[in-house]
Amino acid sequence: MTELYYDAAPNATRVVPPLHGPRQYPTNKPAQVYLFGTCVVDLFFPEAGMDAIHLLEREGIAVNYPQGQSCCGQPAYTSGYTEQARQVAKAQLALFEQDWPVVVPSGSCAGMFREHYPALFEADPALLRQAQALAARTYELAEFLLHVCKVELSDTGAPVKVALHTSCSARREMNTHLHGRALLAQLGNVERVDHSHESECCGFGGTFSVRLPDIAGAMVQDKTRQLIETGAHQVISADCGCLLNINGALEKQQAALRGQHLASFLWQRTGGAR
Amino acid sequence: MNTQARIPAVELPSDFRSRAHQALGDAQLRGNFRKAMDSLMAKRASAFADADEREQLRALGNAIRARALSKLPQLLEQLETNLTRQGVQVHWAETVEQANAIVLNIAQAHQAKRVVKGKSMVSEEMEMNDFLAARGLECLEADMGEFIVQLDHEKPSHIIVPAIHKNARQVAALFQQRLAVEYTEDVDQLIQIGRRVLRQKFFEADIGVSGVNFAVAETGTLLLVENEGNGRMVTSVPKVHIAVTGIEKVVENLRDVVPLLSLLTRSALGIPITTYVNMISSPRKPHEQDGPEEVHLVLLDNGRSQAFADGELRQTLNCIRCGACMNHCPVYTRVGGHTYGEVYPGPIGKIITPHLVGLAKVPDHPSASSLCGACGEVCPVKIPIPALLRRLREENVKAPDTPHPVMRGQGSKYSRKERLLWNAWARLNSSPALYRAFLRLATRLRGLTPGNVGPWSQNHSAPKPAPRSLHERAREHFATRGNRP
Repeated sequence: MTELYYDAAPNATRVVPPLHGPRQYPTNKPAQVYLFGTCVVDLFFPEAGMDAIHLLEREGIAVNYPQGQSCCGQPAYTSGYTEQARQVAKAQLALFEQDWPVVVPSGSCAGMFREHYPALFEADPALLRQAQALAARTYELAEFLLHVCKVELSDTGAPVKVALHTSCSARREMNTHLHGRALLAQLGNVERVDHSHESECCGFGGTFSVRLPDIAGAMVQDKTRQLIETGAHQVISADCGCLLNINGALEKQQAALRGQHLASFLWQRTGGAR
Repeated sequence: MNTQARIPAVELPSDFRSRAHQALGDAQLRGNFRKAMDSLMAKRASAFADADEREQLRALGNAIRARALSKLPQLLEQLETNLTRQGVQVHWAETVEQANAIVLNIAQAHQAKRVVKGKSMVSEEMEMNDFLAARGLECLEADMGEFIVQLDHEKPSHIIVPAIHKNARQVAALFQQRLAVEYTEDVDQLIQIGRRVLRQKFFEADIGVSGVNFAVAETGTLLLVENEGNGRMVTSVPKVHIAVTGIEKVVENLRDVVPLLSLLTRSALGIPITTYVNMISSPRKPHEQDGPEEVHLVLLDNGRSQAFADGELRQTLNCIRCGACMNHCPVYTRVGGHTYGEVYPGPIGKIITPHLVGLAKVPDHPSASSLCGACGEVCPVKIPIPALLRRLREENVKAPDTPHPVMRGQGSKYSRKERLLWNAWARLNSSPALYRAFLRLATRLRGLTPGNVGPWSQNHSAPKPAPRSLHERAREHFATRGNRP
């Protein structure tokens, strides 16, 4: 019966090794960057994208926003429509011709560039090289501000208590779950309060929240309850997917609490005009 | 005691979504799981206090399993050769039917009437209890958790802690009703009651059945870990011992076992080692005082070679069955093990079950995840569970008649309409002019956003597009000042 197993394909794994581990950051601030705004920010949270631009410009960096950009392809990718995701990813891949860093105000879309684009283009050597190059210069906004810009923020706002929700992709794909904390810690009048089960998913998961609304609903109800229980005045997150989920649920529950993107919060707290 | 009487158990709905819905509405069940999973997560965390050590050990565990799988056929043959030489009879089963037939043959050869079983998930795959009961053999679970769920005519809800969905009060009522003992909620007393019943059964049993944690090819050793001693009893007291296991459980040598064992017990229960580590390599030898006269090993495939045949899906077989993925899973924690409706619940269940029973039987399994990655983060052998879930989604939405299927039941979620929608979505998002036109339309017509947007509205108010998109605002921003900082 063992001969059954001899027919098996060789152990050619399709999985690209993850890029986890301490990341090496450029020692000098670049003169130019690209901003990939993400489709959720584009349509629902444009102010977060604008505030990301403002924060980068204040650091003396010229921001380039390719008008050809749309979505990173993640919704189709995580739904199993790999071909459709590849088609969209290929269009994004062509946008970043110069060797400038690509800054993304979302852990999840940055994770798509960094972790999944190389896997998507594995079969095409030319596109794979391009995808790997993009992956290597993709940064989540918080890590870019902290480690590349080495920002020093000074708080101009009134005392406030905030709860920070970190997206699962920021935490587990981008390893940037501590960066938001570090940035908030620079703001003297901001008290960060931690919620129970902080590392647990808010239940968004892209199409998951509409495919299995009962389970996703239980998750977001727990998450919003835990956030409310902290007594925070405001929720901060660096991912607009989570914010769409959390804010939508809070609004439905008629709760007063709302979430804001980290970029907007940082910009407003440090004297930035709207 | 009356374990055979059919008492109408609570009927679970027949599909995953309805079972999930029911479980989510059961406050007692949700409370039991949340409390238990929080405790198991805390235990694991304290057992891996040194993150560097943990990551090195996980990398090693992954390498050991990958190496074993890379030479699985040779290792299985080596295992068979060594065990056979040592007097263990090795049987191969491609299906659960074959595996059950092998067990029944052995039982009949010994005119066996009573079987006592240590904890074994493979025997759950075989539904061995029901199979033997239907043929007049009593098959009693000897693991305390399994004993409890068997008494209540249930299935395990967790692979390590099978009765975790019950609290002490529920067990107390069950024991009072089925074992005719005095009601007590004292956990120690409950365990003593269970042990008293089981103790007698070990000595009456004709056959002991066990699972296997690691089958060591080089030495022909079956390694079995447990905390209650039932594993030691079932493998040494009855005259015949039958071990059942999946073909993927083989490792190359004893050295490989050391790190895997540490990963297993720390990930599962946060303990440095189990109370019992049984190593079985032969029946009782002439000079030995105890042990079974016959030892059999049944090696079951049951769809595992389908996973093995694909380089990516093969990683599913790395699993050492610690259950850490379910302990950390936000979905499992909320819906509990029975919602999955299959032997293996939780994240590992979602990636292994489609190979065992075909995707068509569990079409919702791959989708029932937010891909949060908690499972992959804690897996002691680094199975990329989220990536495999995504891959199963891909197989699930393929056209059912796609040539060269890699899985049974491919395309179980195929919908031509949904595919066309994604095609349109891809077109929209890969042509900038079309996408910008869409943005203009969505932002201009934001007042017309419907209040009810399908399933999203169950938990959220409808999202409203911003008055102007980032595309527009950025264009304006850079048009007036260029992109100088």
